[in-house]
Amino acid sequence: MSDHQTKLAPIAKENNSRLSKKIKMQVSTTDKMISAVVYVLFSLFAFMCVYPFYSIIINTISANDLSAKGEIAFWPRGIHFQNYVDVFKIPGLWNAFVISMGRTVIGTLLTVGASAFLGFMFAQEDMWGKKFWYRFTIITMFFNAGIIPWYLTMRSLHLTNNFLAYVLPSIVAPFFIILVKTFVESTPKELQQAASIDGAGIITIFYKIILPISKPILATVAIFSAVNQWNSFQDTLLLVTDSKLYSLQFILYNYINQASSLSTMVNLQNAGSTAMSSLSTKQTTTSIRMTVTIIVVAPILLIYPIFQRFFVKGIIIGAVKG
Amino acid sequence: MRSPSMRSNSIRKFLYISPFMVLLAVFAYYPLYGWVYAFFDYMPPIPLSQAPFVGLKWFRSLVENQVKVDQLLQVIKNTFGISGLSILFSWLPMIFAIFLTEIKAVRFRKIIQTVTTLPNFISWVLVYSLAFSMFSSEGVVNGFLRQIGLIDSPILFLQNSEHVWITMWIWITWKSLGWSAILYIAAIMGIDESLYEAAHVDGATRMQVIRHVVLPSMIPTYFVLLMLQIASFLNNGLEQYFVFQNAFNKDTIQVLDLYVYNLAMGGGSYSVSVAISMLKSIISVALLFSVNGLSKLLRGEGIV
Repeated sequence: MSDHQTKLAPIAKENNSRLSKKIKMQVSTTDKMISAVVYVLFSLFAFMCVYPFYSIIINTISANDLSAKGEIAFWPRGIHFQNYVDVFKIPGLWNAFVISMGRTVIGTLLTVGASAFLGFMFAQEDMWGKKFWYRFTIITMFFNAGIIPWYLTMRSLHLTNNFLAYVLPSIVAPFFIILVKTFVESTPKELQQAASIDGAGIITIFYKIILPISKPILATVAIFSAVNQWNSFQDTLLLVTDSKLYSLQFILYNYINQASSLSTMVNLQNAGSTAMSSLSTKQTTTSIRMTVTIIVVAPILLIYPIFQRFFVKGIIIGAVKG
Repeated sequence: MRSPSMRSNSIRKFLYISPFMVLLAVFAYYPLYGWVYAFFDYMPPIPLSQAPFVGLKWFRSLVENQVKVDQLLQVIKNTFGISGLSILFSWLPMIFAIFLTEIKAVRFRKIIQTVTTLPNFISWVLVYSLAFSMFSSEGVVNGFLRQIGLIDSPILFLQNSEHVWITMWIWITWKSLGWSAILYIAAIMGIDESLYEAAHVDGATRMQVIRHVVLPSMIPTYFVLLMLQIASFLNNGLEQYFVFQNAFNKDTIQVLDLYVYNLAMGGGSYSVSVAISMLKSIISVALLFSVNGLSKLLRGEGIV
């Protein structure tokens, strides 16, 4: 992309008349002004995207009495890491962490496996009713019954307060199937034909040939799917009342609204174990809320730099098709 | 000509995918059966089988019961307000992409792109938590304004009942602008190099290149996305509005999805809620068909 911009200069220089030089001068000053405005606007927006994360991180490691008053704005003061120890004393937080991790790992494995297999199968030419079943799958992207009918039917299937409700509904994901199907169709047909002549069955071909060559697209699917699972909130809200099955997102939401009672409780626990707890490490509603926020967002922030390069590829393949 | 072995082969292939089709039937199609609740007077814990059949009573109540009508009108107004703002500014990601790709400093451009895409990957609960940390009365923004002496009492950003549509739209934009721009960036990368060269030979300025080369090549992408956005006009989603709602902004934040949720899970009026849900789904599908037809009419191919 930067290539065509550098090409501009020599071509423009070929015009040597005085008039065109004058025009070029004017153009380049407006260009410069536009550039400056663009740089400032982009920097401002980027700052708005990063600052909330940064601000909360420095608040969680600052003195709690200062963070409670909103006095930590640009750099941490009174650095300590007690909050990250204390926060796991809240009953249920560790359990919610395990639930969220569990649904992310299990859900992602199931979704990736199913998307790979279905994407591959829908790329097969000879399957009974292939066209119908493909449409049957893809059409579900464009309608839904609505959350309450969904809730009522899930309840009638006994999927309330049931871990399966976290992983089963997302196994067949039409968008991911399209991604894999498009990818498989772009690979040379000879690979599959050769294996078929050698007597390999459809499952062997899938396992031995398609899975290994589809790694890049499956990585994209895995990342999207994992992020979806980790971020999922609505299914807990609708289907789960048993606190043992609460996800991290759900308890974070609860904490935002009721952090005061939790901070009192942690402080009481601490008062029992250590003789004195200073103001700066005493838990406040703010410190509890912010520390839990960081724990919930940390996995996303940690894997983001790695998965960043995958999703651009993924969305472009999807766009070409969709 | 199909031999019997080929036929059995093709049926076997179907059998392999059949368990997945069952899953799809259960989780995507069976919920449609939930629509029957709209025709009964369903009051939990009495099961549906014992609930009296009431026909179109709930649908009629939506136009006859004055309280319901007023509520629903406000909800529809909110839905139109927020979705309308999104559609009004649907060109923002395109402009974002154009100016981002114009930036010559590669390092700077990469950083901007990486950083502005990040918010798309956090949940609405996290967005709300960030919003709370920034804008609550003890939040960072109020703390900062107090410290520099601009205000004495905190500004109640989150409890505000005014400007809710705009703040909701701002959060949507904050979360999705960088991400939505990626599609357009891809479109710009796909522009034929010779078009640029021709423009430069003709002595086009940077703005002229944008206007006559870059913009036209993005219009198809923009059109498709705009049509899809119009098709999902009624589907604002629940999560964002659920987490941001409070006693103060309830009137102006309730979009259809949140209203349906509050009616059923808050008020226990499952049947009315399902009736509205059902109408909403049907209108959405009709909208999708309409924009698809429009697209076929205008550019000769559908969008789905």
